[in-house]
Amino acid sequence: MEESVQVIRIEPSKGWVALQLKELWAYRELLYFLIWRDVKVRYKQTALGAAWAIIQPVFTMIVFSLFFGRLAKIPSDGIPYPIFAYAALVPWTFFSQGLGQAANSLVGSSNLLKKVYFPRLSVPIASVLSGLIDFLIAFIVLLGMMLYYGIHPTLNVIWLPFLLLLTVITSLGVSLWLSALNVHFRDVRHVLPFLTQFWLFATPIAYPSSLLSESWRTLYSINPMVGVVEGFRWALLGVETAPGPMLIVSSLVALALLVGGVFYFRRLEKTFADVL
Amino acid sequence: MGDIAIRVEEIGKLYRIGKREKYKTLRDTLASAFTAPFRNAGKLLRGEWADPGESDPTIWALKDISFEVQRGEVIGVIGGNGAGKSTLLKILSRITEPTTGFAEIHGQVASLLEVGTGFHPELTGRENIFLNGAILGMKRAEIERKFDEIVAFSEVERFIDTTVKHYSSGMYLRLAFAVAAHLEPEILIVDEVLAVGDAAFQRKCLGKMGDVAKEGRTVFFVSHNMAAISSLCTRALLLDSGRLKVSDTPQSVIEEYLSKTRKDAGVPLSERKDRKGGGKVRFTNASVLNNRGEVVESVVSGQDISISLAYEIPSSEKIDNAIVQIKFAGGLGQQLFACLSRTSSRESIELVPGARLYCNIPRLPLAPGLYTYSIWCKVAGRLEDLVSEAGMLSVSEGDYFGTGIFPARTVGDFLVAHTWSTR
Repeated sequence: MEESVQVIRIEPSKGWVALQLKELWAYRELLYFLIWRDVKVRYKQTALGAAWAIIQPVFTMIVFSLFFGRLAKIPSDGIPYPIFAYAALVPWTFFSQGLGQAANSLVGSSNLLKKVYFPRLSVPIASVLSGLIDFLIAFIVLLGMMLYYGIHPTLNVIWLPFLLLLTVITSLGVSLWLSALNVHFRDVRHVLPFLTQFWLFATPIAYPSSLLSESWRTLYSINPMVGVVEGFRWALLGVETAPGPMLIVSSLVALALLVGGVFYFRRLEKTFADVL
Repeated sequence: MGDIAIRVEEIGKLYRIGKREKYKTLRDTLASAFTAPFRNAGKLLRGEWADPGESDPTIWALKDISFEVQRGEVIGVIGGNGAGKSTLLKILSRITEPTTGFAEIHGQVASLLEVGTGFHPELTGRENIFLNGAILGMKRAEIERKFDEIVAFSEVERFIDTTVKHYSSGMYLRLAFAVAAHLEPEILIVDEVLAVGDAAFQRKCLGKMGDVAKEGRTVFFVSHNMAAISSLCTRALLLDSGRLKVSDTPQSVIEEYLSKTRKDAGVPLSERKDRKGGGKVRFTNASVLNNRGEVVESVVSGQDISISLAYEIPSSEKIDNAIVQIKFAGGLGQQLFACLSRTSSRESIELVPGARLYCNIPRLPLAPGLYTYSIWCKVAGRLEDLVSEAGMLSVSEGDYFGTGIFPARTVGDFLVAHTWSTR
């Protein structure tokens, strides 16, 4: 009978610990329910409901179009400025919202962490993934705008799933660091608005990265959101500059962020219940 | 060996208890404030932040705990506040890691440290059943299969599609417990979940726990409810200050625990500091006497008993206008009744230095169980002394009705004299 019995060994862990992704997989239903909860609850008791998923990027687009497009006359790679900005704002909103939700996710579910065992990674992961619904809604608006402006996607559109994955990886990678840090240092909460704002301007959302020379652009894409944003424009709007090298650099950085984030998270994980 | 469910080897848990800052001058404070972020950042990146620093005061919440639990055993854990019960449960539930030692759990385990963990007020009862079930480790298919049963058990069918924030606290609890009650792990770890809700609800929970135990599952639970421990458990553990004191039959462990608390609560009455009042009178001793006037540990239902109170009067003067009350509470802390001198007699009580005061209760109407009593004394309307949980009253089964039939243990706290007739 021994082989049918699973044995859990509980002991103090030292240093860097195994990731136990298998266990995370075994708890996938919980992950699903956590995402489902976040999605259900997000727009409860709001007057506008899911419209919020559109309002935010759309209004930012309007503001950007007025100030950067009209007044500052920032170039937009030959594409109408509104859709140029909006195509970038869709993945950006997913990213920044994901950070905001995930960074506070552990602190917000302290009652869970203190009372039940489950892979702690599911908490920030659920926070990030639940933003996909909003992303989808905002994306439909983007498709509508493409129709309006008469922009036909090129064949490059087949890269879209990969680009979305890259967005998720970036968002998750940063979120894991922030959420784990936030348990010990609530400073994160105060840093976050500043960080996202800074990051917004460090990403070619209001302006094209073609303002930089080729070699600088590659360095620039150490910010993984650069690859994401330029990738989206390239795949959907047919911007001429193929962002190949930028995408490679961005993907590598995003992966490094994610892997580092997972290990760091796992390392701090054992202290969560005691500190929260 | 294949029958072991839980094995615990020399588990210890060290907690830091608050960091003491030792800044001396403003300059030091400022300097430290500027350098600390860098030092902390360094520590942080190495992931060392969580390790207890040497300078911090620490406390062993648990130390050298070892025991084994066989498959099918129902283990009760008792101990005073801060004895380490919750820490032990948290370690076995994998919420926190032990500092030393290890534990092994053989088989599928579920822990229930709270009912309704993860309930979201904005979701409906139906949605919360699924969410809570998933959090407790149930599979979706399993929840779907048991859904109707859970709803029926919770008795909130009519409101199942109402958001939980509109539930009364009783409904909320019933729904939460209903989900928990339908967990079917091989090993169940339970914290004081029963210490909530009204009496009917508690009985229902206890009944369910009893069913779980009868099904041959291994149950490990912490409770202050001695009646529950003695009726459900096959074995009990006594924790004291983070150490495992006794592991034996529930009855003997409960006695050990009570005698310890009695020692804690018996000597002290004269030394207890947690009292209120002016202090013109101070109770120094309280004991229970049986019908022969002997001081006893335990009395019997239906017996004539007395509570004997010794007191001191610092001024050494006779006090002739005192009011004294002894108030009894049950094992769960519920208030039962009070013996108040002002209502049972028209005359005030006279307190003479050196004498004892007796409160006589004929034909004790309490069911078997453990009770505590608080005492207070007022002189001229002013509170002079109040000691809560001044003493304990342990009642065992007795022939209350004079029929030779001992009343069953589980029907409430009181026995009431009555007759039957037909006309």
